[in-house]
Amino acid sequence: MKKAVVPAAFAACCLPLLWLAVQFATGGLGPNPIQALLDDLGYTAFVLLALTLACTPAQRVLGWNWPIRIRKLLGDFCFFYACLHLSTYAVFDQGLDFGGIASDVLKHKFIFLGMATWLLLLPLAITSTQGWQKRLGFRRWKRLHRVVYLAGGLASFHFLLRFKTPKLETIAWMAVIAVLLLVRVVEAARKRARMIQSE
Amino acid sequence: MRSSEITPKSLYLRRREFLKLGAGSAVALSLPAFARAKVEHGPKLAGVTPNPKFTLPDEKKNSFEDITTYNNFYELGTDKSDPSENASKLQTRPWTLSVEGEVAKPKKWDIDEILKTFPIEERVYRLRCVEAWSMVVPWDGFPLADFLKKHEPTSRAKYVAFETVVQPQLPGIRGFSGISFPYVEGLRIDEATHPLTLLVVGLYGETLPNQDGAPIRAIIPWKYGFKSAKSLVRIRLQETQPPTTWNLYAPQEYGFYANVNPDVDHPRWTQSKERRIGELLRRKTLMFNGYTEVASLYSGLDLRKFY
Repeated sequence: MKKAVVPAAFAACCLPLLWLAVQFATGGLGPNPIQALLDDLGYTAFVLLALTLACTPAQRVLGWNWPIRIRKLLGDFCFFYACLHLSTYAVFDQGLDFGGIASDVLKHKFIFLGMATWLLLLPLAITSTQGWQKRLGFRRWKRLHRVVYLAGGLASFHFLLRFKTPKLETIAWMAVIAVLLLVRVVEAARKRARMIQSE
Repeated sequence: MRSSEITPKSLYLRRREFLKLGAGSAVALSLPAFARAKVEHGPKLAGVTPNPKFTLPDEKKNSFEDITTYNNFYELGTDKSDPSENASKLQTRPWTLSVEGEVAKPKKWDIDEILKTFPIEERVYRLRCVEAWSMVVPWDGFPLADFLKKHEPTSRAKYVAFETVVQPQLPGIRGFSGISFPYVEGLRIDEATHPLTLLVVGLYGETLPNQDGAPIRAIIPWKYGFKSAKSLVRIRLQETQPPTTWNLYAPQEYGFYANVNPDVDHPRWTQSKERRIGELLRRKTLMFNGYTEVASLYSGLDLRKFY
């Protein structure tokens, strides 16, 4: 049972891609399939980011250990979907016009937030291996990977700005991210209080 | 805050997400020819004459399915597929369109009387949405100018205000959609009486489908789609500029004019390009959506300021 957690999570993380590929091939994405693909890839990356952020609280608060074992996998898949999302935008929306992409990023905060999120995730994805953890030293590695909190915040606002009027679904997801970040703040405050007590 | 109350919920949410995705792909795999919702056709409109001046011979018309399943109509829901899914909730009979305000002859029209009174022509127009997608649509209708003339606008009629129906059973009206209702729009009188501006009652020679704004809507082809108000119940001529829904919601994003303009971006995205529904890559957006004959309406007006 314990052994099955990682392969099961791997399979689950592949499902959205499989589903989108089948839908795309069979016309199931509707009259504007590129927009649907862009939206669904972004949404999947966002959900995986939220799940990655949920692993540590699941251990601390609920005492579950298995989510920690798939945290790296979830984070890697989050970046994978973020890359597909960005590629769809770069290829189909911008026709690989890098000047156009640069001006889009600088002129529109919605695009800026998306690109900033991807850029923040990039070093985390590169250094997600045990080798990099050793090379950087655990403390420094851990400090670097706190960047994911900022990525979660920026991704939330990118998601919010996607729609002409805010969607209740987006707001619900933003609340989930906010709670997951709040858990960290509470944890840190408790830790500090404990340290002061023991001094 | 008791954190024990929170985390399980997020994990639970994600479980369902993955289960749904899993079930979805299982279904998709077992049905290679994925079944799509059937498109419903309405009754044919009688006596529609194509107008040879508006055929856009170089453009490929979008399919009936594209035009009736990819819609923005917030009264019927905010997703593009919502209006077609909820179309049957809109009641289009009996229907009254009231013309009032600065006119010598105000009138409450029954929609069937309108259909009998005005000769209907077919015009193929480009439609450019503010969200940077576009279509080519064969509309059936008649010039708004002809309709307004019947009511003898007074010299104080400087603007035309449109009002869309509010029916309590519509999902957008009942739920959360952000904007306020009734949906209101407006034009300057010279824009409203421009020969390009139409009142539309059909599409592809058929009675206008509910999701496209049945039974009667405006079409102003050189402006972003949201200006072309749907399912009209009131047209009011007045001396002052009327409030408009998207401008009320976010004035820095949506102006009163809302002319298609590739040089003035939406604050969140570029308007220089658009995706024609059915095409993969984006194409360049044309000034006034290609209808440059309207440029004279705006001579001397700073289109960056009056977007």
